[in-house]
Order: sequence, then structure tokens, then C-alpha cells
Amino acid sequence: MINQVGRDIPDVYLKDGVEPFQGIYYRDDYEYTKAAPTVHAYVKPNGDKLVDSIHDVLIKSGLKDGMTISFHHHLRDGDFVVNLVMKEIHKLGIKNLTVCASSLGRAHNYLVPCIEDGTVTGISTSGIRDEIGEVISAGKLKHPAIIRSHGGRARAIEDGSVKIDVAFIGASTSDAYGNASGKGGQSDTGVLSYADGDAKYADKVVIITDKIVAAPNFPASIKGVDVDYVVKVDSIGDASKIASGALRLTKDTRELNMAKEVAKCMYHSGYFKNGFTFQTGAGGSSLATTSFLKAYMAKDNIKCGWAMGGITEPIVNLFNEGFVNKVLDDQAFDLAAVASAHTKGHFEISASQYANPFNKGAFVNQLNFVILGALEVDTAFNVNVVQGSNGVLRGAPGGHPDTAAGADVSIIVAPLIRSRMPTVRDRVTSVTTPGESIDIVVTDYGVAVNPKRQDLLKAFADTDIPLKTIEELRDLAYQYAGKPEPVEFDDQVVALVEYRDGTIIDVIRKPKRLNYSQKALDKF
Amino acid sequence: MTVINRIRRSMIFLNTQRAALVKDAFVYKPDCVILDLEDAVAAGEKDSARIQLYQTLKNVDYQGVERWVRVNALDSDLINEDIRAAVAGGIDGIRLPKTETAAEIQAVAKKIEAAEKEFGKKVGSTMMMAAIESPLGIMNAYEIATADKSRMMGIALSAGDFTRTMHAKRTVAGTELFVARSQLLMAARAAGIMAFDTVYTDTDNEPGFKKELQLIKDMGFDGKSCINPKQIGVTHEVFNPTVQEIAHAEHILEAVQNSKDNGVGVLTVDGKMVDIAWVEGSQRTLKLAKAAGIYKGALV
Repeated sequence: MINQVGRDIPDVYLKDGVEPFQGIYYRDDYEYTKAAPTVHAYVKPNGDKLVDSIHDVLIKSGLKDGMTISFHHHLRDGDFVVNLVMKEIHKLGIKNLTVCASSLGRAHNYLVPCIEDGTVTGISTSGIRDEIGEVISAGKLKHPAIIRSHGGRARAIEDGSVKIDVAFIGASTSDAYGNASGKGGQSDTGVLSYADGDAKYADKVVIITDKIVAAPNFPASIKGVDVDYVVKVDSIGDASKIASGALRLTKDTRELNMAKEVAKCMYHSGYFKNGFTFQTGAGGSSLATTSFLKAYMAKDNIKCGWAMGGITEPIVNLFNEGFVNKVLDDQAFDLAAVASAHTKGHFEISASQYANPFNKGAFVNQLNFVILGALEVDTAFNVNVVQGSNGVLRGAPGGHPDTAAGADVSIIVAPLIRSRMPTVRDRVTSVTTPGESIDIVVTDYGVAVNPKRQDLLKAFADTDIPLKTIEELRDLAYQYAGKPEPVEFDDQVVALVEYRDGTIIDVIRKPKRLNYSQKALDKF
Repeated sequence: MTVINRIRRSMIFLNTQRAALVKDAFVYKPDCVILDLEDAVAAGEKDSARIQLYQTLKNVDYQGVERWVRVNALDSDLINEDIRAAVAGGIDGIRLPKTETAAEIQAVAKKIEAAEKEFGKKVGSTMMMAAIESPLGIMNAYEIATADKSRMMGIALSAGDFTRTMHAKRTVAGTELFVARSQLLMAARAAGIMAFDTVYTDTDNEPGFKKELQLIKDMGFDGKSCINPKQIGVTHEVFNPTVQEIAHAEHILEAVQNSKDNGVGVLTVDGKMVDIAWVEGSQRTLKLAKAAGIYKGALV
């Protein structure tokens, strides 16, 4: 069936209530019954929940073939937890598992041999990158992977689309009863926002930490009342890869010029008022936008009500300097963000509070601005942030579709051409975020406004914002880089791109002639 | 007269060897680019850079940014081909490095004329500018500036070689360049052409760069040679008339017009004495502001 963004979704995936994408607010006012976990009561005072090893906790949790396990990605590229758990599962010979992760990256490459030998046969995640991206693109995973946004994952857990049997939650610190936090340890993540739903909705909840602290470990991101077991390991991660030092602020004039245009669009949009709210990413231009925004705020004596999202040092600086009143944090990207988390005015929010479309109103709904990146944008303003132009999975929706749908003004910032690949093109390789929710595309060659936003076009008319139509940007990109030949795909569907409301917005097929090598396997 | 009067606050050098750089340097919005075939290009890459120059001129729409080429020196065996490729591609102007005498300008003008005829371009359509890099060049600056009245757009100081041959040291204050800058500027003004200052090589030192820009703007230079895209915005910022300067210029022009109507010669504007001699400067300020897109009024 062809869905609302013109993508052909094979009928085989449209069953058990799964529908094709039908517009960003199609499921507004949707009525459903929330899922609930099956739990075991701890009536008798048992002292503590400590278990000696991951092996032992796998036995105690009752993990068996066909179950679903979950992980979060707050440990980012420094994560040891996924591989520690998967290696023990491998040893036990448990098969046919589904991994429900908030995101996966190069720290999780041990999943590759698990996929190859059928230990893992299903995956749902936001990010699919690196060797995991290659192995899934090559069609090695038994069932198509499900790519979910951060809000979409929270929804899927709460509405029962995903039933987590055992959640493994890496935490910087925990007390013996499972009150766990992203602060105070040797591998701090600041917050544990993406594990909140896992702890509340999984049947069994396991905390994995490398630092046990005295009770109560408050403020606790994960509450002990939701936790079955606590395992202490030598190390949950490589601190240097979890929260990096200050992210390098770009000196690239092209990126700075784009950032300047983004800030200018925000300033002239009509939404730049006292108490405005925004989210920006950690990419070069997104990050640089904050400094230009600060200049506008200082000029007009405007304060930001709250900034949200993955939090970085520039946001923390704006907060400390009084330009931003409050910080809503679902992920800490650097040491400054980790240090600031849970200080006065810097609040941790759960993935559901952040972006779930099916609760009673997530914070994304209250965003004025979001600044987002893109691998590709098409002339219908559809954005792809998941699939490389060679067809291989190499990205993550993260909160992209969620914030774009929620914010008053969603701004994409991307260079018009990357190496020799046009970013703006006739048709994106796959749709992650529908054009219906994208308002402005800022490139190094000019700025395109979605024609449905006549208000913005009017607001920008008397400014020096270099306005172009999206078609003009495409033509420029093609003039310089040539029109790309479409990538050829086999019929095999290797991943489903789920929109945040659970409908299917696109499917990803196996690229033809994908040269997947054994090198990934040889390492293990 | 083929020289085009326009705003030339920034002229950025681009290494023509680098295709990724020259394919779209207009996105940085300089007033002019100088596609370099001389010092930036490795000795073994001169031919490929020249081919790159021709293809760039032919295929890239620079969107109104003026395109100059810095050819190799007159005593090199490369300059003839450099000029042929540039003229064939339709370059706006040719910058001659290491210029010391008027005769050199005339020799290059002849080569340009030959190329214009060879490639069917209008004779005299290619502008010229001279980079002056030596004490002898500075001594001859006026003769150089007036060597070809139809082609010469401007002269530029190049401080690297100049300070070396002067046995001087580059200083932050620029004392060692003061006379050279002054003399070059005077020659340009006497000849009625434009004057450009040398590059600022400490690209990470924005405060130092700004200070130097302010100095040369106050001296009277028209623009500055840049070596990094990030210098362009700052250069324009300093060279653009300020809001106060624009307002003051408007007040002067309006007041002078009114006083002319009333038969008064000297008057006071914004607390300062003003006479007819101020009109030209005020017009220049507003023209510059208009060209920079920051003045939309109708007084110029």
C-alpha cells in the first residue's frame, strides 16, 4: 500500500493493527489501554537485591529463547553493558532474542555475531550504525529491524507494541536496592531518561553498575521499587567515550554561516519572544547556532524559557549565564552537561515526557524551535537521517520526527552537497521525518521555506535571509554534483521505519551488490 | 574605460589547485576572489591548476562575485599560458605579482590583448591590478598605477616580500609598513584607482585582524586581501559604514542641499562644522553602504 508520503509498504507488514503512515497528527486523540508488566512482589525483607554476576542474573531472571531484552544508550560509544550481557547470553546458548534498544552504535558491535548465529533475530532501535548497520543492511537479521524514534520507542513500550521481558539498565551508581542514577560514579551519564520506560514496563529489571553506594541513592533516575536485581561489574563503560570533553565548536566558515542563518530565521520567525523554547543538536552548525542566538537574545533582552534535548556545554553555558531559565535533559552529551544535570533548574525528563506522542502531552509539543540535521531532504521536505545515500543503514532518527512534529518551527540545517552527494534531491532514499513537519531548510547555498508556511515566508520577506525554493536548491545541488542514479535494491526488506505514532512511514530494502565482509565477525 | 566601479572590500585568495575550494567559494560572499596560480600552487601542479582555473571560469556561476587570477611572475615561463587560460575562461581581471615598473604592466597588458584577440574577447575587457612587493615597486607606485589607464583597477601591497627586502620585522602596530601603505595609497588616489592592503596571516587572531582592518580603513584603503573565508565577514563588518556614519552622511547631504537652497555656505550638522567639501565623502559613504546592502535610501 502506498502511504501518505508516497512510499510502498508491503501488505505483509500491515497486520495486527499496524497501519501505513497517514499524516503526522493522524492518531491525535487515539484511545488505547496502557500495557502493564507482570511483576513479582518483594514482601519479605530480603536485605538487598545484589547478584554476583551477569551470568547469575540471567539465570535468576528466567531469560529464555524468544524473549525480548532491552538496553539504553546513555553510555554512548563507551558502553560495555550491551556486550557484557550479550557475551553471557551467547555462552548460555539462548536464541531467538529480540533486542529493544534506545539506540545502537559502534560500542555494540558484539551484536553482529549474535545476529549471524541467531542469538538475536529481532532488533528495534533508534540508531543503527557502523557494523550493525552493515549486517542488518545485508539482510542477516531474521526479522526486519524496526527503527523507532525516541518518542516512538516510549510509545511502543507504553502501548504494548513492545513487551520487554528483561531490561538491563547500566547505571553510574546504584544502591543495593536498585535506586540508580547517572551521577556519582566512574562512568557518569548524567541522566537515565531512556531507561525510564524500561524500568516501569519490563517484567524483570536488572541494574548493572560499577559503583554501589549507600542507600538511598537519591535523586534516583530509576526507582528501586521497579528493580528486581542489581549486579556490580568492574566497569560499565569507558568514561572518555561516554561524555566527551567540550565538543569542538566549529571554526568552519561554511558551518558558521549556516548557523548564522538558522539564528536569523529564528529571530525573524515571529516566535522569538521572551520565554521561547528550543532544542538543538550536537552537530557543527546546530551547536554554533547557540552563540548567534545568544547575540540576538542579548540585543533584544529576550530570555529562553527552557532548552531541551541532548544537552551540551553551550546550552549549559547559556543556562549559567541566565539566557536560558531551565534545562530539560534527556541525554548528556559532554562533561559539562553531566556535571550540570540535577543542579537547580536542570531537570532530567524521561523519554516519554520528552517525546511520546501517546501520553497526555510531551514536552516536544511545547517547543517553539527545533534545529535538526539531515542526510537527505527531498523537494517535498521529507528528511532521511537513517540511510546513507548508498542504501546502507548509518544513522538514527533519535528525536527528529518527534521534535519536528511538535515544534512551531522545525529547521533543518545541512550542507547542500556532501562530498559529491546532493543533500537536497528529488526523492530521499527513505523517509524518516515527513515533510509535513519540516518548515525551513538552511543550506550553505540558501534557505528554503516549506510553502505551507506562508507566515514564515512573509516574516522573512524583508530580511536578508537568502530565500530560495526547495526546487532551486535541488537544481543547484544537481548542477554541482550531478543527479544521483537511484540506488538499486533487492526485494528483501531489512528494516521498517516506524513513525512515532506506530504507523509505517517507509521500509528499507537490502541494497543490491552490498559488499558485506566477514571482517566484523573475525574480531570476535 | 573598462574598469568597473564596484565595492571591493574583500579579495580572497583561493588555491586554484583545490577543486573543492574553487567550486563554490561564492558561498562565503566575498566581493572578489583571486584564483591563485602563483605561490599557493606547487611547482609540479602549475598545469593542472591552470586547467582547473579554466574549467572553474567556464562552469561555475560565481553569482556576481568578481573573479581575478593571480598569474605567475612576468619573469617566469608560466605567465603566457596563465594569461591565455584566464582570458579564454573569461576572467574579470588579472593580478600581476612582484610588480616593480610601469613597463611590466605594459608588457602584461600586451599579452592580455593578444589573448583577448586570440579568444574573441573584446580588446580591453580584462582588468588589471598590480601587487607591489618591493621597495622599488613602492618608489614606482604612481607610474605603475598610471601605466595603463584603461585596464588598471587598483594596486595592492604585499607585505611578505616587502618587509624581507626592507630588512624589517612585521609588527603588530604595522610601523614598518606605514610609509609603504601611505605611498601606495597616495599613488592610487593620485591615479584615481583603488588601493588594497596586504593579507593578515594570523587567521585565528580576530581581534588583531580587526585592529589592522580599522587602521587601513581609516587610512583610506578600499579593501583587504584575505586568505581564509572566516576573514570575509569581519572585513565587511569593519569596512561597512556604521549606522551612525550613514545617518551623519545623510544629514550632511540633506543640510548642504537645504543650505544651498537658502544661499548659506558653511553650516553645522550633528554639532560639527560642515561645508561643500564634505559632500563627496558623504556620498562615498552612502554609495558604499548601498553597495553593501545596508542603505536603502535615495540620496545616492
